[in-house]
Amino acid sequence: MARSSRSSIARHSMAEQEPSVRITNFDEVALGYDLTTAVEEAQRCLQCRHSPCVSGCPVGVRIPEFIKALREGDMWDAVAKLKDKNSLPAVCGRVCPQETQCEEVCVLAKRGEPVAIGRLERFVADWEREHGIRVPPVASSMGKRVAVIGSGPAGLTAAGDLAKLGYDVEVLEALHEPGGVLVYGIPEFRLPKEIVKIEIGYLESLGVKIRTNVVIGRLYNVAELLESYDAVFMGTGAGLPMMMNIAGENLNGVYSANELLTRVNLMKAYQFPEWDTPVRVGARVAVVGAGNVAMDSARSALRLGANEVHIVYRRSREEVPARAEEVHHAEQEGVIFDYLTNPVEILGAEGWVTGMRCIRMSLGEPDASGRRSPVPIEGSEFEMVVDTVVMALGTQPNPLAFSQAPGLERNRRGAVVADSATGRTRLERVWAGGDIVTGSATVISAMGAGRVAAMDMHAYLMGQSRGPWLTAAEPA
Amino acid sequence: MYQIIAKETLTPVTKMFVISAPEVAQKAQAGQFVVLRVHEKGERVPLTIADYDRDEGTITIVVQEIGKSTRLLGQLEPGDRLASFTGPLGRPTEIENYGTVVLVGGGLGIAPIYPICRSLRAAGNHVIAIIGARSGDLLFWEERMRSVTDELIVVTDDGSYARKALVTVPLKELLESGQTIDRVWGIGPAIMMKFIALTSQPFGVKTIVSLNSIMVDGTGMCGACRVSVGGRTYFACVDGPEFDGHLVDWDLLLSRQRMYRDDEAIALERFSQPESQSNREAR
Ligand SMILES: Cc1cc2nc3c(=O)[nH]c(=O)nc-3n(C[C@H](O)[C@H](O)[C@H](O)COP(=O)(O)OP(=O)(O)OC[C@H]3O[C@@H](n4cnc5c(N)ncnc54)[C@H](O)[C@@H]3O)c2cc1C
Ligand code: FES
Repeated sequence: MARSSRSSIARHSMAEQEPSVRITNFDEVALGYDLTTAVEEAQRCLQCRHSPCVSGCPVGVRIPEFIKALREGDMWDAVAKLKDKNSLPAVCGRVCPQETQCEEVCVLAKRGEPVAIGRLERFVADWEREHGIRVPPVASSMGKRVAVIGSGPAGLTAAGDLAKLGYDVEVLEALHEPGGVLVYGIPEFRLPKEIVKIEIGYLESLGVKIRTNVVIGRLYNVAELLESYDAVFMGTGAGLPMMMNIAGENLNGVYSANELLTRVNLMKAYQFPEWDTPVRVGARVAVVGAGNVAMDSARSALRLGANEVHIVYRRSREEVPARAEEVHHAEQEGVIFDYLTNPVEILGAEGWVTGMRCIRMSLGEPDASGRRSPVPIEGSEFEMVVDTVVMALGTQPNPLAFSQAPGLERNRRGAVVADSATGRTRLERVWAGGDIVTGSATVISAMGAGRVAAMDMHAYLMGQSRGPWLTAAEPA
Repeated sequence: MYQIIAKETLTPVTKMFVISAPEVAQKAQAGQFVVLRVHEKGERVPLTIADYDRDEGTITIVVQEIGKSTRLLGQLEPGDRLASFTGPLGRPTEIENYGTVVLVGGGLGIAPIYPICRSLRAAGNHVIAIIGARSGDLLFWEERMRSVTDELIVVTDDGSYARKALVTVPLKELLESGQTIDRVWGIGPAIMMKFIALTSQPFGVKTIVSLNSIMVDGTGMCGACRVSVGGRTYFACVDGPEFDGHLVDWDLLLSRQRMYRDDEAIALERFSQPESQSNREAR
């Protein structure tokens, strides 16, 4: 096919549940491509020799190669090319912000719409799942034990890579289900938990042992782990919810997004009383913040029966940090966006939320980071009538895992100091990666950090350690 | 793992379970708690550790059957397994030689003060305990408590057993008696802990309480367990559960404990009347 005819094919949309239907259920919104559509979409790829998409991907997925195999009908080869760099493709195909990564730099994006790389990734991964996942050969045991703390994307990736290399890997997870944010945070309607389970099952088939209900900092601490393991990877994420510290925040009806989403996703409160954990979402809900977490909270609230759900955000639409698709879906579903608005107090009666006092904001001069900072407009305060407030203001690393780990340096935001090229922390034989180092970021960047650390752990444990251990004197 | 080794009915509403959890037992200390799930669809239920045996590898918990989850737990028998069991969680009690200490345990609160008394006594304190219940048939562990205390005072609200008094009455008498009391602990229902704290406050004796707020993860990740102490918000599961009772915002705690009252009633009703439920579904 000629280049010109490839680029004349329009990008294929993906089937979705109708907004009016999907807000009444927790089933997946996006339904994926069928084989014909996937192959047609794959035809659009120009197979650029310099493949900018690969450099746009934090883990360097072999994008043109898997797309080529797909359009040539060699599905198993497509799977192999895709999974060479990404052990959780069904997850990434669904939750990665492709529009700021691989698809942003796609050559086709310059003149029209980029190849739908995320949708193709999802298609190939789903195809494999439907046809029976094949387990690659694993190196024989090297007799070295590695502990991975936390079973989010960072920990799972590090564990999978190390297991393939022949290490005895144990993942130690605080909750009763592995997966981190993938199971407790991101809702079923975006990422079915069955898919996460199967991808984790694949890692277990590589020999990764997962021990749930193990809270590091309480049951064991890092110092103890160093006695019984040759190396430790910390991937405990950024699970500590931030609150605004305004009056009324402890009223009944005020949730952290983490609590709301954990009740709904991990504990299946949307199936109460079939499942035992309840959640209380009223008729009028305000979600404060505009990241993915806020979108997930707002859309969950709609599905739990709220009549009116507001996103309350102190900046404007331009600055919204959530994935474009999430904002689009939220808008389609009827979520109301109150931009340039900031809560100042939560109002209540008899212990329960009755409303929220807010102030209007305007955008001032750009700050050091280049973002225009919001400033309150005097005298613009007003009251919103709401009965549920969800605080989705971001999270910081949970300090629990650090108790009894002297030597692990952390920065002002509570994040562990680690070398981004190796994952090494200041404490010898301890590596870290993912949200624990960067603060709340993305699934794929956490996976990338897990991979980087796994490679360096391997080099270190093989006695080929590159360079000295990170010391306090060096810059991180 | 997490197998029930022994079960004992302590009172008509309280049962004791000894659970096999060798790693947790190795690490457990007085004042800490566990979070368990009875079955796959179950809630994460926080329960204070009532005893631990490092040699046997067991944790003892005492539960009052009030909601669906605790009733389901109450139906389990030795040999049955829990879906999950996580611990130890929370900060341990600060054990030191304070001198003379008074521990007040009301109702179910008798269970958690037992290991605290034992540790405080081992640390050299003169340990006085006050245990109480609404009536004599609801009282348990009197002999056990005697074995870890120097003085034990037993009361019941209705006088059906031992002395007729609320637990705060002998506490006040001790504080007024002129003997030096260096620290007080009070564990029981929130409203009782509030009155224990109010009783000791005028005497300026530091009083530690164990806050039983609603919890989900128990690891500091959700904030369901928010409490206000001295005007600051804390997460009871990781910053506590023990706090200075004189600084606790009791009304907030009591209010937050009621957040799911209606849902708890629904769950319990469905659980207690499976027949009527299936009838409803059949129609
Ligand atoms: C609601 C929500 C929606 C999101 N949506 C997207 C999206 O669409 N796309 C995207 O790319 N990113 C998204 N993100 C961000 C993304 O999920 C995270 O960046 C990513 O999961 C970080 O991975 P991680 O492995 O570092 O940590 P996590 O996924 O947070 O996993 C950490 C794990 O460690 C465990 N742990 C913590 N402390 C301990 C301890 N002391 N002992 C033992 N275990 C412990 C935790 O229980 C958890 O399982 C979202 C985040 C949230 C919360
Ligand atoms: S129970 Fe979730 S933070 Fe305490």
